[in-house]
Amino acid sequence: MRAGDGTGSVAAIELRGVTKRFVNPAGHAFTALRDLDLTVAPGEFCAIVGPTGCGKSTTLALISGLEPPSRGEVRVLGHPVHGVERSAGYMFQRDAIFPWKNVLDNVAVGPRFRGVGRSDAESRAREWVVRVGLAGFERYYPHQLSGGMRKRVALAQTLINGPRVLLMDEPFSALDVQTRLLMENELLDLWSTTGASVAFVTHDLEEAIALSDRVVVITAGPGTVKGEYRVDIPRPRSIAEVRFEPRFVELYEEIWKDLRDEVLVSYERTKHSVAS
Amino acid sequence: MGGLERASGDQDAVRARAHARRRLLVFALRIGLGVFILASWEALTSLRCEGKDTATCVIDPFFFGKPSGIWAQLVTWARNGTAQGPLWEQIVVTLEETVLGFLIGVALGIVFGVVLGRSRMLSDVLGPYIKALNAMPRVVLGSIFTIALGLEMPSKVALAVVLVFFVVFFNAFQGVREVDRDLVANARILGADERRLFTDVVLPSALSWIIASLHTSLGFALVGAIVGEYLGARQGIGLMIATAQGSFNSNGVYAAMLILAVIAILAEALVTRLESVLIRWRPNAITDVTI
Repeated sequence: MRAGDGTGSVAAIELRGVTKRFVNPAGHAFTALRDLDLTVAPGEFCAIVGPTGCGKSTTLALISGLEPPSRGEVRVLGHPVHGVERSAGYMFQRDAIFPWKNVLDNVAVGPRFRGVGRSDAESRAREWVVRVGLAGFERYYPHQLSGGMRKRVALAQTLINGPRVLLMDEPFSALDVQTRLLMENELLDLWSTTGASVAFVTHDLEEAIALSDRVVVITAGPGTVKGEYRVDIPRPRSIAEVRFEPRFVELYEEIWKDLRDEVLVSYERTKHSVAS
Repeated sequence: MGGLERASGDQDAVRARAHARRRLLVFALRIGLGVFILASWEALTSLRCEGKDTATCVIDPFFFGKPSGIWAQLVTWARNGTAQGPLWEQIVVTLEETVLGFLIGVALGIVFGVVLGRSRMLSDVLGPYIKALNAMPRVVLGSIFTIALGLEMPSKVALAVVLVFFVVFFNAFQGVREVDRDLVANARILGADERRLFTDVVLPSALSWIIASLHTSLGFALVGAIVGEYLGARQGIGLMIATAQGSFNSNGVYAAMLILAVIAILAEALVTRLESVLIRWRPNAITDVTI
C-alpha cells in the first residue's frame, strides 16, 4: 500500500468532486450525483442515507467500477478505479444469486471466476456455507430457500472473495422485520472478523445508525453530501437493543432533522412528476 | 390433546376421501364424454340409412367418416399395410423427418439467436430480413423444397427446419437480451471475464427461454414433415392422408389423424421430461397453458 497524503493511512474509499450524469434512451441527460465528496476510512462501517432516487446506488456503482464517473475521481485503497474493482464485494438490493446454481455452487462461483480450482473453491465454499448458517442446504436451489436464506447465500458469495471494501445496496430491505434484525446482527459478526470497510446504502435511518460508525446524509437528487454524523455507540452492539439507548435516540433526532427536508423535497418531486 | 389430534386426523381423512372421490368423478366424466361423442357420431352416421345410399343417414358417413369405419381402416393398415407399404414404415419415416428437422432447426435457431443476441451490430443489420422471412407464410416454401430437393426425405426435413428455426431463434435471441442486469453486474464484481459471463450467466439464463420454445417447435416440426409429405412424397403419414383424400376415403383421413395425435402426445411428454431434467432449478418452468 502507498502512503497517504499526510493523513497517515490511505482511505479505503475516496470520492473527490464526483459528478455522474446519465443520458436516457430519449436523449435527456440527468444528473444523479453532483460534486460528491466521500471518504471511508479503513475498517470503517459507513452508512449512506438519503431519500429515494438521490443517487445512493449510483455511488456504489461508481466505487465498484461498474460505472465510470462523468467527472471527478474515485479511489479505492489508494488506487484510482478503472474497470471492475477486484477488492470490492457488492451486495445487491434484489436477489442477485444465480437461480440455476445450488447454494454451494453459488458461493463457490467467486473463487471459480478468479481461477481457483473446483475442489479448492468447493471446500472454501463449504466453510462459508457453514459460517452463514446454511449447513445442510448445500444442494438446495435458490427457489427452495426463504428470502433470509437467499440473503445468507449472497452474503457468503460476496465475502468468500475476501473483499477489502464491502458495498451494500439496501441488502435487507425486502426482508421482514425479524429476519432483518437477525441478518443485521449476522452481518456485524461477520464484518468484525474481516476488517473490511463498508459503504452501506439504506433509506432506513434506524438501520443506518444501528450498524454504522458514521452516517452520511445525501441530498435529494442530484445527490451531494448534506451532513455527516459520527455514531459513538460502543461495539459490539445488539441490533435489537441498541435502539433503546438514549444516545441512539439523540442521534436519530439529530440526523432526522437533516434527512426530513430532503425526503420532503423528493416527495414533492415525485408528486409533481406523477401529476404531470 | 389426544382427542384434538384424533379429531384433526379424522378431518384429514375426510378431506383425503373427498379429494379421491373428486378425482374419480373427473376421470369418469372424461371417459363418459369421450364415449358419448364417439357413440353419437357412430349412431348419427348409422341411423335411418336406407340400403346402400349413405346420403339418407342423419349424417352422411361418406363425408364425415364413422368411428367403426376408422377403426376398421386402422386394422386394415396394420394387417395388410398401406398403399405405400407397411404402416410401421410410414410412421418411422414421418418420425425420422420430424426428429431430424427438429434437431437441426433447434441447433440453428440457438446458434443464430445467441450470436445475434450478443451482437447489436449484426442484429441491427439482419433484423429487417429476419422479420420479413418470418412474416412470410413459410409453408409455401414446401413447394420450393419439393422441386429443389425431390420427393425423398430432405425436402420434408428442410421444411421442418425452417418452421422450427424461427420459433427457437426468437426465443434464444430474446433470452440472451433479457438477462437480468443485476446478475451480470454481480458476476462481473465476483470476477467473471467475458467468457465466464457468457457460459455461466447469459447461456443458462437464455436456456429457460429456449426450452420454453421446444414445445411449440416440436409441433411445428411435425407440421413441416406432414405438409412436406402432403406436397409430394413416396412414403409417410402425410402421403397417407393425401392418398385417402384422393380416393374420398374420409375414414382413412381420420385414422391417419389419430395416429398423428398419438405421436404428438408422446413427443410432447418427451419434451416435458427433457425440460424437467434441463431446468431442475426453476419451478413451474412450463410457460404453456396446461388444463
